[in-house]
This record gives sequence, structure tokens and C-alpha cells, in this order.
Amino acid sequence: MYAFTYQRPATLADAVKLVASGARPLAGGQTLLASMKLRLSAPEQLADLSGVAELSGIRKSGNTLTIGAMSRHREVAGNADVKAAFPALAWLADHIGDRQVRAMGTIGGSVANNDPAACYPSAVLASGATIITTQREIAADDFFQGLFATALNEGELITAISFPIPKRAAYEKLRQKASNFPLVGVFVAQFDEGVRVAVTGAGNGVFRHAGLEQALSQHFTPESAASVKIHADDLNSDLHASVAYRANLIGVLTQRAVAKALG
Amino acid sequence: MSATSFSQLPHIGEALRRKEDYRFLTGAGQYTDDVTLAHQAHAVFLRSPHAHALIKSIDLAAASKMPGVVGIFTGKDIDGKMGGLPCGWLINNPDGSPMKEPPHPILAIGKVRHVGDHVAIVVAETVEQARNAAEAIVVDYETLPALVSVADAAKKRGGVVIHEQAPDNQCYKWTIGDKAAVDAAFASAAHVTSIDLINNRLIPNAIEPRAAIASYNRASDEYTLYVANQNPHVERLLMTAFVLNLPEHKVRVIAPDVGGGFGSKIFLYAEDVALTWASKQLNRNIKWTADRAESFLSDAHGRDHVSHAQMAMDANGKFLALRVHSDVNLGAYLSTFSTAVPTILYATLLAGQYATPQIHVEVDAWFTNTTPVDAYRGAGRPEATYLLERLVSRCAWELNIGQDEIRKRNFINSFPYQTPVALQYDTGDFHACMDKARVLADVDGFAQRRAESQAQGKLRGIGYSSYIEACGIAPSNVAGALGARAGLFECGQVRVHPTGSVTVFTGSHSHGQGHETTFAQVVAARLGIPVENVDVVHGDTGRVPFGMGTYGSRSISVGGAAIMKALDKIEIKAKKIAAHLMETSDADVEFVNGEFIVKGTDKKIPFAQIALTAYVPHNYPLDKLEPGLEETAFYDPTNFTFPGGTYICEVEIDRQTGEVRIDRFTAVDDFGTLINPLIVEGQVLGGLVQGLGQALMENCVYDDQTGQLLTGSFMDYAMPRAADFPMFTLDTVCTPCTHNPLGTKGCGEAGAIGSPPALINAVLDALGPLGVKDFDMPASPHRVWEAMQRQS
Repeated sequence: MYAFTYQRPATLADAVKLVASGARPLAGGQTLLASMKLRLSAPEQLADLSGVAELSGIRKSGNTLTIGAMSRHREVAGNADVKAAFPALAWLADHIGDRQVRAMGTIGGSVANNDPAACYPSAVLASGATIITTQREIAADDFFQGLFATALNEGELITAISFPIPKRAAYEKLRQKASNFPLVGVFVAQFDEGVRVAVTGAGNGVFRHAGLEQALSQHFTPESAASVKIHADDLNSDLHASVAYRANLIGVLTQRAVAKALG
Repeated sequence: MSATSFSQLPHIGEALRRKEDYRFLTGAGQYTDDVTLAHQAHAVFLRSPHAHALIKSIDLAAASKMPGVVGIFTGKDIDGKMGGLPCGWLINNPDGSPMKEPPHPILAIGKVRHVGDHVAIVVAETVEQARNAAEAIVVDYETLPALVSVADAAKKRGGVVIHEQAPDNQCYKWTIGDKAAVDAAFASAAHVTSIDLINNRLIPNAIEPRAAIASYNRASDEYTLYVANQNPHVERLLMTAFVLNLPEHKVRVIAPDVGGGFGSKIFLYAEDVALTWASKQLNRNIKWTADRAESFLSDAHGRDHVSHAQMAMDANGKFLALRVHSDVNLGAYLSTFSTAVPTILYATLLAGQYATPQIHVEVDAWFTNTTPVDAYRGAGRPEATYLLERLVSRCAWELNIGQDEIRKRNFINSFPYQTPVALQYDTGDFHACMDKARVLADVDGFAQRRAESQAQGKLRGIGYSSYIEACGIAPSNVAGALGARAGLFECGQVRVHPTGSVTVFTGSHSHGQGHETTFAQVVAARLGIPVENVDVVHGDTGRVPFGMGTYGSRSISVGGAAIMKALDKIEIKAKKIAAHLMETSDADVEFVNGEFIVKGTDKKIPFAQIALTAYVPHNYPLDKLEPGLEETAFYDPTNFTFPGGTYICEVEIDRQTGEVRIDRFTAVDDFGTLINPLIVEGQVLGGLVQGLGQALMENCVYDDQTGQLLTGSFMDYAMPRAADFPMFTLDTVCTPCTHNPLGTKGCGEAGAIGSPPALINAVLDALGPLGVKDFDMPASPHRVWEAMQRQS
């Protein structure tokens, strides 16, 4: 680790000032701290957001669930409102990484980092959630822009994520055994307007699958998902899986997610 | 004392909790990194980013001026001042010429040969300062093409010469067995089964990384090296005699608590030498602890064989002859015992549990631009077992005989048994292990379970593995004749204190094995004293007279036997003291349950009183006997020990995802006499998950062209987790070893040796109906799915 200065602002206004002056925001640190230890990342100044009260809290209002950016995975997994209104999201949070990761990692950190194999972005995108920042509100469809890239500007912080509550939803993943990240994860969410399907781990970043969405909007059944041909073209291949295997997993996990959503 | 009477003593077979666990579980363990010496500096090693490159120049100007830098050394500084790392085992080619033994410099001289090769040692006041300075060193490399896989090495494609001493990159060819007899048997065989397989390369990953602190004392001209190591005396001998040319008595090596070795901490590593040497050059205590990335790149790796094997059988599936060829990867340099692993410790085990009359094995060993490969839990024996047990199950499938049946038809039934590949098994009962395992695994219910899996769209398979291993290495003279450059005895010293408590000094080393408990049980049982009155000291050349250390499951059978010999001497002397006190002759004194008794009388004296008398010799035969009660013994075994067993694995495979779930796993082992069954169970479980880790997920992968390690962290190198396994069903059979005084055989590696083929045979049994015949480890979902796709 290279030397750096550390500050822990108590208000969002102070946090924004620090970040505007060049400080790197530190949420749960599950990616940033590890890369700093490996000297792959060398921020000169850290602004630890854990003391900012405005960034915490989970509340349900009508058909919307709003989760503060600094909510730890463990808090989301255990929150009574999330479990009752959006159990698929609670389940996802409860199955990220391991116990240590869930105790520290945050939803805002995960979404802002946009790791191509992270779990949360698939829920955010499949739900058509809104990312609320210190500057504006961004629709999930506009937010995720591929490998570690998002619509966030320099100095812009996520304050909360607002999820419309789906009629039915489920998340299924198959873990890469070493990292415990999903090799492929599929989040399926059914709304009155139709079904949204977001895939993580399989491509350059989280993406929606039009073919599956179309088929499932017509018939929300595993068989309907099974009838969709999954093209391998844009998927990624690495040490752990070929494009063909990832394409297979998208199909299989979608069918399983639909079955799980149907109960 | 006979092994039979020993096994009936109190405390033998008692499942005592481990004495050492209190300090480990309460954070009081003292590992090398916990040791802090006054005024210590910290070292960081600059490592090669290239697999193969010439070093054109190294510019230290900027680095030397960095804050906190104490000193920086490169290959230029050590060239001519010390030897290279020695190889401890000489292998000869069939024509009698010796293996190629190129230099293994402590710091690279002119050339780097694998990613992670050591280029410079940087010593600074803090670790971060040393890192900063290492980053400021400018090395001008001229990269060379790399030779990475053993398969490519064996093809002898020109262009890459790793060492000028080995222009075709071959270290040696080695053969064992009667080729003409094997060829003749194959010519008359009713059926021949062939197999090609890869034993995947592994990275050891002990929880505690390698670490060392070197200290030099100007007043006495003595060095002290604390190091995470499995055999401190061997470390000292190799370093002083072969590399630094120092008098051995001027170096003390201490291996305190060590957090796992698995073989990777047997070897003398360049870092240990560089630190020791630099501590005098800089007159500073210097600490180095590997970070995990360094461990991946610099701990000796394991396995990495490509093999072809054939079994000749008669019409009834009786084995007539076995023919094996293996290409083995030694990595860029010869690590300490690297040359013995794929030869002596591998091919001699290829008879397995079977009475195959003729066996011929040919091994070609290759240098590649990868991290050196050496002993890793099992060391050669897992490779032998994997090959043989995969082949045997394939024979069964081809002949349409049960996997259990073909094994039973070929088991060795009488002992001692001389194999055609040098070893002589002293004892065993292979049928008993198989029969017990079949019952515990409920083999009879398998067909029903398979049908239930099928009904859920899943595949189910059962796999067998009947392994044997040679442990307790070995008679020194036999090992010497086979090329060993060291002895393989063990030393034990028993010091009885005046109040009757005992300190045992053993040359064995515990890095997780629980010796402090097991050895204390042996001593307590023999002397009839409480286990808590016995302390075990190990891992310090300054306290233990000598030691060959712990590897090859040798501690109880060799180290324990040395302690038994010392106890024999204690008993003989104590009897003389007792005879004097009770005014009788030595021959009339018996030692039973901690008391010396005059035969046929009620006269007796407890052990503690003899101990006190030995140190307060007022009423004592001083004219015939020295005071004191302390004895040292060296024990050199007359043979290996031969643990064996049968493992049965049952898996269920998800057809859609290729996920393999171990549904049940049964292990029945014959370790001879058990001292502490709780510790044995722990050893077996650890071995099983290590072996199943290899079979299910662990895999070291290099980029074939660049030689970069692609699985260089836990993000890509999968280690097994508890949730990956069911509860294991374990049991034992006991045929005591016939040639050591404890009847023990050793249990440290069995699980890692026997389990991989059991799992892969189960996978193949499940996939068989789809037409899958070949499968190489690991059985990760992706690879299993691809195997299914290839067939459909």
C-alpha cells in the first residue's frame, strides 16, 4: 500500500467537498482496499463515507424500496421490508461473496464499481431501478456502461438506489469457485409492464437480454425461457468458462430463476 | 518392547484433544512472522516479470537513494561468493550418466528463467520502504521465447534453451522394471487397456506463507535463522555445506510454529540463503514474509505429469503387465527433492495393491520456464495412484467387470510381497479395506440411488480407488543407493527431569500434525506417567541434537521409533537404579504401568522415585552407573511403511450445468497401530479435501506462450471450502507394521493420495452412459459440461 491520507466526513456536504477536491470515496472497500494493498490503486486521499448518516437507511414507500448507498449487504439481506417486499433482492444480498464481504460491502460501492461479475448490478438493471446521486437521478438503463464504467461524473456520489417492487423476481447464479463471484448470474423481474432480465458475469458488464425478456413477457414460464436461443457472440471467455458454457448458463439459470420466482 | 504390547498400553489409541491447540486457538502461537528481533530491517525480493529473459543491466542508482534503504544486492554481488541451491537426489540416465544439474543461483545471474525468479534483495527499515525501493530498480531485460508446458518440452521443439547444460531441456530419462518381460506379457495378453492422462499442476498454499528472519552475531560469528520450515537441520546442512560454506555449528536454524507445509516448506529456498548472507553483510537482523502473490510464484509447485499407460490382462481381467511412460515437469530449476518425486517416489508405487507380475516405467523429466516443481502432499504417490487407479477402473469398464471386482481379483493376498518395482510390502489386508468400505458406502443401494438421480434428470456415478503408499522414508543405505544425498533416519532424545516429568526432543517437525500430543502419548504410555507431564520440543537445531524432519508421513514411524529407542535405553538404566534400590539383580526387575517391580514379590518403586534417585544419587551404584536419566537414540528404519486403503466416492452431476456434487465419500485406511485416532481422523480429513480439491477445482495454469501465471491469486486459483464436501465416512483396518516398534504406518498423506482417482472414476462412471471415456482433472462445472457436449 502506498501512503495516503484518510478522512471520515460526517455529512454528505463535507463528503462531496472532499471528493470534489480529489479524494477517492471509500464505501465498503471490498474492491478498493484490496487493490490498494496490491499497489494496483494508489489514491492519495480517501474519504470514508461510513460516517455519513444521509447515505444509510432502507425505507419502503408505496411500491418503491429505497436503499441508502452505504447499506451493507448484510443489512439489506436482513431488512424486514426488503425481505417482505422484494425477497429476491434480500436473497441476492445474502449470497454475495462471503460473510466478511457481506459485513463490509455496500450496495452503493458495488453499483458504482460496476464489476462485470458483481451481483447487485443485475438486480438494479432487472428492476429498472433509479440511481439517486448527489447531482441527479439516473435510470439503471442509462447507468451501466460496460466494464467498470458508469454514468457517474467525477465527484458525483450515489446516495441511494430506488427499486420499483416487482410482482415476482428471482436471482440465480453459478459461482466461479475461486473468487466466489458469479460465473454467470441472472436476475429476472416481472412487472405489470413486462419482464426484465439482467445478466451479470457473462459479458463486458451487466446487460439485459431482449430475447428472454420478450419470451418471458409473453409466458412467464421456464419453458418459455428454454425456447430462447442464447447467442454466444458478445459473451466473454476466460480461464473459467467458454462463451458456449456462459451462453448455456444464461439459459439454464434464467429457467431456474423463473421457476424460483413462480415459487 | 514389541509393537503388540505397545499397542495395548494405556493412552495408546486414546482420542486426546491436541495439547497445542490451546495456544493456536487463543492466538498464542509463535510463527516466524510473530518473532521480532531488536533493530530488525525488512527485505523484499524483486522478482522477474518475465518467464525467460536475459538481464542486460540492473540500475540501482535511484533505488539505493530511496528513504530507509539499508542495502540492495543482486546476482553480481553474490556471483562467485556462494554456491547455488543444491539438489538432494541424484538420478542417473539408463546409460549411467548423471542427470543434468544446472546451477540454481540465489539471485539471478545474467538470466531469469521463470516469472518470480529472484533478481534482487532489497533491505530497508520498513517493508513499504523496501517495496518502494524495489519498484525504483530499473532492470533492462531482453525477453526470450519461453517453454512452458511439459507436453511442449517433450516434443523437443527447438528454439528455447533454458540452461546451456541441458540443450534439449531434458534433465534426465529414468527407467525401472524389466522391459523385455513386459513386452512379452503384452504380446500374449487377451486384452490391453490404454489410458492417456494429465496430473494437473498444483500450488501448495499453506495458510502461513513462507517467512524468515536472519540474524548475525558479530561477537560469536554465529547466525540464527528463524524460518517456516519442515526440517531445520536439513535446511542448515544444505545451506552451510553446499551454499554458504559455513561451519554448521555456527548456524542455528529455528522453525517455530509453522502454519502448514504440505511439502512446500521442506526445501532450501533462495530467500532463506539471501537473508542469512545479507544479515552479516549489513550487520542487521532482517525479516521477510512472503505475500500471497509471491507464494503463488515462488513456493515449489506440485504434480504436473503427462502420462500414457497400458495394462495387459488375461481373459479374466487378471493383470499380466503394466507399461507406463510419463513426461514430468521440473520447472526452471531443480528444487531440493524435485528429482526423486517423479521417479523413486512415483514409479516404485505403480504396483499399487495388485500382484501385477511385470511393470516397466519410463520417465522423461523436463525443464520449463515455470516455478520449480517438488514434493507436495503425497509427492509422487498421488501421481502413481491417480494413474493406476484410473487405469484399473477403465480396465473394469472395458471388460464389463465391477470396479470393486477387478480390484479384488488382482489384490495381493500374501505378505511380505516383493513388487517388480523395487518395494517390498511388509503387510496389509486389501480385501478387508475393500469389504469394509463397500458396506459403509452402501454400495448395494447404489443402483437405487442412481435411478432416483435419473428421475430428477441427474447423473450419478460411483468411483473406487484402492491406494498404497510408501511412507516413513526410509533405510538410509537403500535411499543412498537410489541417489539420496542425505540420510533418512531420525533422532529422539528423552530427558527425564528429577521430579519425573519429561522433555522429549525430536528431529521430527510439527507444522499441523499434532506431534506435541501424539509423541507425549507415546512417552506417557511407556513410562506410565500422565500425558501432561511430557513436553515435546522440536524445530530448533540449538535444542534438538539432530533431525531429518517431517515429510512423507514419516514422523510417528521414524521419529516416534527413535523416541521408542531412547525410551528403551531409559528403561534399561532405570531398571538398574531400581535393582540397586530394591537390592536385587537387573534381570529380576519388571517395569509395569510406571512401576518397577521385583518379579514375584510385592516390592515396587514408582518411576518418579527412580528419576529423583538418578539426580540425587545418594543411594546409587556410582561405581557402575552415571547419574542422570537422559538418553538419545537414532533410528534408521529397515523398510518403508505401507499404509493402504480403499476409498469409494459417489457423485451426482447436474446435466445442465456440469456441477459435480460429492454425495458421499467413504474412506477405509490401514495405518497400522493408531496412537491418537482423533488426530488421525484430522489428518485423513485434511488429506481428503486436499486431494478432492485437486480433483474438483484446483488447477495451476500458465499462459502457454508467455509463461505468465494465470492463476496467480485466490481470485483464479480455487481452494476447496468446507461447504464443498459432505460429511465423510471414515474407518480403519489395522495390520500393524512389522518392522518398527510402534506398528504404525503414517497417515499424513493418505487422503491426498487416494481420493483424486476415486472422484474422477465416479465422474466417469456417471458420464459413461453419455460415452465420455476420458476426463482430466479438475472436474469443474465448465470442464464437465464441455465433456458432455463433446459426446452429444
